[in-house]
Parts: sequence; structure tokens; C-alpha cells
Amino acid sequence: MPNALNARPKRTPTQRKLLKALARLLPPACVLTDPEDLRPFECDGLSVYRRMPLAVVLPETVDQVQAIMRLAHRMGIPVVARGAGTGLSGGALPSGDGIVLSLAKFTRILRIDPPNALATVEPGVRNLAISEAAASHGLYYAPDPSSQIACTIGGNVAENAGGVHCLKYGLTVHNVLGLKVVTGEGELVSIGTGTLDSPGYDLLALMTGSEGMLAIIVEVTVRLLPRPERAQVALAAFDDIAKAGEAVGALIAGGMVPAALEMMDRLAVQAAEDFVRAGYPRDAQAILLCEVDGSNAEVSQAIMAVREVLLQSGASLVRTAVDEAERQRFWKGRKSAFPAVGRIAPDYYCMDGTIPRRELPRVLREIAALSAHYGLPVANVFHAGDGNLHPLILFDANRPGELARCEALGRDILALCVAAGGTITGEHGVGMEKIDSMCIQFQSGELRQFHAVKAALDPAGLLNPGKAVPTLHRCAEFGAMHVHRGELPHPDLDRF
Amino acid sequence: MGATDLSPALRSQVLAALEAGTALKICGGDSKHFLGRTTAGQVLSLSGHHGIVDYDPRELVLTARAGTRLAEIEETLAQAGQMLAFEPPRFGARATLGGTMACGLSGPRRPYRGAARDAILGCRLINGRGEVLRFGGQVMKNVAGYDVSRLMVGAYGTLGILLEISVRVWPRPTHSLTLMYECGPAEAIERMCGLSLRPLPVDGACFHEGHCYIRVSGAQTAVQEAHSRLGGEPLHDGAAFWEALREHRLPFFACAGPLYRIVVKPHTPPLAIAGDWLLDWGGAQRWLASPVPASAIRRCVAQAGGHVTRWRAGADDADVFEPLTPALARIHRRLKDGFDPGHVFNPGRTYPGL
Repeated sequence: MPNALNARPKRTPTQRKLLKALARLLPPACVLTDPEDLRPFECDGLSVYRRMPLAVVLPETVDQVQAIMRLAHRMGIPVVARGAGTGLSGGALPSGDGIVLSLAKFTRILRIDPPNALATVEPGVRNLAISEAAASHGLYYAPDPSSQIACTIGGNVAENAGGVHCLKYGLTVHNVLGLKVVTGEGELVSIGTGTLDSPGYDLLALMTGSEGMLAIIVEVTVRLLPRPERAQVALAAFDDIAKAGEAVGALIAGGMVPAALEMMDRLAVQAAEDFVRAGYPRDAQAILLCEVDGSNAEVSQAIMAVREVLLQSGASLVRTAVDEAERQRFWKGRKSAFPAVGRIAPDYYCMDGTIPRRELPRVLREIAALSAHYGLPVANVFHAGDGNLHPLILFDANRPGELARCEALGRDILALCVAAGGTITGEHGVGMEKIDSMCIQFQSGELRQFHAVKAALDPAGLLNPGKAVPTLHRCAEFGAMHVHRGELPHPDLDRF
Repeated sequence: MGATDLSPALRSQVLAALEAGTALKICGGDSKHFLGRTTAGQVLSLSGHHGIVDYDPRELVLTARAGTRLAEIEETLAQAGQMLAFEPPRFGARATLGGTMACGLSGPRRPYRGAARDAILGCRLINGRGEVLRFGGQVMKNVAGYDVSRLMVGAYGTLGILLEISVRVWPRPTHSLTLMYECGPAEAIERMCGLSLRPLPVDGACFHEGHCYIRVSGAQTAVQEAHSRLGGEPLHDGAAFWEALREHRLPFFACAGPLYRIVVKPHTPPLAIAGDWLLDWGGAQRWLASPVPASAIRRCVAQAGGHVTRWRAGADDADVFEPLTPALARIHRRLKDGFDPGHVFNPGRTYPGL
């Protein structure tokens, strides 16, 4: 049936006019319209949502980006920006009546400026490539999302990407000092110039994490940090996950700021151990990985202190890596946790809530109860230092109804995070995936304010429409289905 | 100190102002009235709306009402061995958390531990429609919706009235040492920028009157190790020096004439503008006391890729902040209209029309 699948769809006169105009603006290789060429762009890292765009454009210059945006603006065509497509919330899901603007050809590192500790790069540069380019100067770019081999800095800015080192080194928003963006109207705007602050409103913060809804990023300036002289990791095992949670609080209260502080529950530990033989104790209910970095003397002192606190908090075992190879092995287990879990179930669905750390034992208990209720196992991987929880729901998409059940469980977990004083997304973004959960986290007033922000930057509403911020109407419909404790959310809205 | 929640009364005042079409001049402790352009309007005081709402040292998060004095917050944090990492300048005992965030000022530790905008995690505010809204939260990582909380930092109250603010806090280092070197400004800039290439626990670097000062902080062994690597002469009362710098109590700041805050990339060579200079933030924030006309200073700094704020502008308050490019000015106006369509909050405090 490939022919039927790839048959050219019928196009409206406007669409034909758009494709002709794009062909005039860009070299032939930079405009994709054949279904088989469009297929790789129909989804991002969250592949359960798929939609074919009208066309994909791959501009090579900022001028071309501006020309595309002016054209789209004139014709009222939606534009979805896309980096490497590794996002996990469907943020780069195409609009069926719009174009995907891929920044894949913007791959130049424009400047590494060691004395100012800055790097200026094009948005399609991979996260890890920045650190590689800066390495000869002893510098690196700190935010390290797990997809850092593949994900691009433009996408990182759009999603305000995190990673395992956020507690000490911050998220993307703390490490970006300048952007060049193209607005929905096709205007090129410089925001920040690489200095520590800029006059006027903090538009850098507004752009970071705006999920392609406010402008197209065409250049990024980030700050670089000196590579720590040494890093050391302690692995602690606990026979009770609540004790592991207590240990995290005790480390922080003890005045330590670990470079990374990660927790995995029993299911995640066993999956990782089976997959990469990281050296984790298979009988532990939870493990903690606590890394400290800095100068030699700093690390020696800190790792002793960490060890002591972990033992006092009731760890059944504490091991520090004997050498760099073992340190890497300890981390390999954590970094392989997602694919490891992927081996024990046909499909898994990665959630991304954040909670105040003190709520951890209660939230994990309630996740376990939800897991039993829905009949779907959940493995928990946790950026414990900053309260960012990644429950992985195991399911089989081929079993009728199981995906819907999995999504319902996911929404319940996010509602649990909000009720615990947390948030529906710590680092993956809202995108398409969590748009209904936004109705739980925010009331109508906040949502209206978000729409006003969108209108200020993109008055025509053509940039990534329908993502990240739900319409009030959508929330009213969603609310009608999910009445929580008898309270109707958004009571000020009309309901039909 | 008792705590008071005046949110309903503050909201009523905003609604009344909207109804009457009068502007509001938002005021915390009134310690930074000299900053920015003058703004007319009825004073809306936040100082009675105060109190720490939530603080758990194990969470590294503190939530307080906007009118809470910084002094109270810093004392509470110190008791738990923690601090506001961005070392906010107070400029007076009455300084409040809300005013500090609205002005977006950060002290000497800014390049090493982040700015005021890096510390904010969430806020509750009243927008220009009189709605009480909540953005962000009390957790470290939160990417749900646009980052409105950070947008409030440095907006000088022109987008909304901050009611309650959650900030991320840091452990207070157990040891700190200030090292001093005699040198000129160019050499100081090289020294300070060289530090950003080395993994040492530096958390302050400035140049003033022929001396470069480097502060290293952390565990005792780390501080000792840094000293042995960096050399330099230990300053006897380092804490007092940094406090005086942070609060603008060094004699340098007592000058009567115009004072400028200049922000450039740290490795920018000394700028050829006559006057007295003090370099903070490892060279990235430079203070200039100079009789040279502001327009000439702006031209020179713009060429170096930086921007200029006229500090203590007084009555002559045209162009206190660096003029915005037309594209940025348009975005600013639209944002202002999106938050405060009636232009009720601090109109003109930052730029005319905002």
C-alpha cells in the first residue's frame, strides 16, 4: 500500500500558491513537499502524536528565515520551528495546514571567546558540540539534557532544557546571555549581547522555554564554565525509598550543593543493572547517586561529608567510585535508565513533574497506588536534587485501550505533582502532550495573561499555534470531564 | 515581627485606581527611589504587606510577601546557614524583597552564583486588570507556561505588582578569604578574566584604586588551596570590604557628580572615558563617576557592546536607561499593554510610554 500512503494530498489554491512562493525563496533542496520526505518530520521524540505538515523548509541563512516568516505572515500560514526533533512533549508536532521550519542547516559555531567565557553558535549546533568546541580552553557548556549528543541548542532554549547538573549549574535560562530571533512578522531582533544583563524587560527569560511560540531563534550566545578539576560520585543503597528521600534533604540541609543528585527506584535499578551492569545492588529499594565536583581539595572534603550524611540517613551501603572508569559505570546505569526500561516493556511513556523534595515519599506512595489502580507498572527516575521526577509508565500500545489508560495515568500523576505544590513539567515542556494538564496548574486569569504575552510577540498567532498554552475553551471542555473533588475548574467560563 | 497579608486591600486599591483612571506609584521600602525615571501617581505602599510565608532549609526555597524586609529574610536564612546568593544591594535598612526583585539588582557575587532573576522561582502578582495571578512555583525546575516571574525582575513594577515571591537560596560558605593584588586596571581585567578559566571557588572579583580584590569562598581546604594557587595578600577584613562595595558605601560612591553603571563583557579593555572607575563583577559591571556628557559615554560604551544606566539621575531623567532599538521598543510597548493596558503601574519609570 505504499503508493496510497504516499499519494500527493489534494491542495487548496492558497497552499499551491504558498509552495510556489517558497520555491522562489529557497533552493530546491531546501523545500520538502513529497510525503516520503515529510514523513521524518511528522513527529518529535514523543512519537505517539503524528501529523504531516504541508511542507518542510530548511533555510540556510537568516535572510531566508526572515523571508519565509514574512511570506507566512502575509499568507496566514502556521510555522512550527524544529531543531533535532528530540523533544519529549510534542512541541515540534507539525500543524497540518502549516510548514515546519527546520533549523538543521544552522550548524556553525560562530565564536568561542575564552576570556569572556562565551560561545556564540547557530541554533542547529548540538548541545554537546559546544562543550567539544570549548574543551581545548578548559571550558564547557553546563546544561546537559540526556539527549545532549543529538539535541540542538536552539531546541534547548525553546524548551529551557535541564539535565542532571541543574541544582548547581542551573537550567538553560541561567546559561544563555544572548539571542537573535526572527519574529512572526519576519523582523530580526537582538535580545541581549552576551553581557550579564540588558536594558529593559528580561526578554531572554521570556524567550527561553517559550516552545517556539514567540519567535524563531537564529543565534544563541551561552556562557561557558571552567571544567571542574575533578568529580567524584557516591553510590548509596537504601532498603526503603522514604529513607533515600530523607537522605536527599539531609545532604541539602548539611550545606552541600552536589553537582548531581539522582535517585532510581527498584524497578529502574533492576532494569539498568540488567542492561549495562553498572554495579548497582539489585536488592535495593532505591539508590542515590551523589556527585561532587570542583578542585581536588574541595572534592576530597566534600565526598567524605556526603558519605557520612548518607550513612547517617540509613543507607545500607555507600560506595565511592574507585576510579574514573567506575564513576563512568555508575553514571552509565543512570543515563541508560530510559532505554533499559524500554527493554522490559513494549512501550514506555516518560513523565516529567516537579515536586518539593519533602513531598517525595508521599508522592511515590501515591504513584504506586495509581500504578496498581491502572494496572500499569511505573519505574521512577528522579533528579532528586531539584525535585524533578521522571516516572516511566510501562505499557503496550498494541493492546487496545492501553495507550489511553497510560495517558490517563500520566495526567493523574501530573495532577498529583500540582497538588503536592509542584508543576506539570520540570524540563520537557508542555507542547501538545501536557496541554490539558495546564488547565489543572493554571486558572483562567493566568492563561489569559499567557495569551496576552503571545499576542505581544506574535500578534498573528502563527508561531507553533495550539501548543503549550490551552485556550480557555479547551480547558472548559477538559474541566467538564475532570471534576476534582466536586470543584469545577475555571468556574468563570461559560459551558455549553 | 508579625506578618500581614494585605492582598485584598491592595487589589481594591488597584481596582479603584483603574476605575478613577489614576496612576499608581508602587513603593516597597522606598530605598531605591533614586533609581530610574520619576513617575507620578498615587503611592501604593507594599511595606505593610510582609512576612515570610514558607521557608524550609531542606528545600533551598524561601517564600515571602513582597513587603518583607531583606534584613529579616537574610537574618532568617543566616540562622539556617543559608543566604541569597545574588547578594542584593539593599541601599538602606528598609529595603524589601519586592523592591529588590522589581529593580533586579545583584551584588558582587552575581557572575559566580547568578543574578536576582536567576534566583526567582515564582510569584503572585496583581496585573493591570486587577487580577491576582500566580506564576512559576516553589520548585527549582518549572517550564509550564511563559516565564512571567523572571519577566517581573527588573521591570520596575511597570508590568504588575509583586505580592509574593519564591526565591532559591544557597548554603552560606563556611570560609571566605579576600586576596589583594596591586595593579592597574588592564592587568586587573586580565587577572579577573583569567579566573573564569580556572575551576576555583571564586565568588567575587573587583578592581578599585590600584588594587584587584579576589574573594574565594567554600570549605576551609578549598579556600586554602585557592590561596596557595592564586597567591596575593590576604585582606584583613574582607567581609567589610565586600559589604561596603555591595552597599555603595566605599568613598568612591560618595561622589556628588553624575554616576554611571556600565555593563560590558568582562574582557573589554579599560574604556577611554575620563573619570573615576570602579570595576566589579570580574570586570563586567563598571562604575564611572565622570563629568563627560552622557551621550558621549553612551557612544563609547555602545561601541564596546555594552549598555549604560545613569545612576541617581535626579530631576534630569531623560534617558536614564539605555535607549532600546525600535524593534525592542515595540515589543516592550506591546508587553506593557498586555500586562497593564491602562498604564496604571509606575508609568514612565523605565522608559517613556511604558
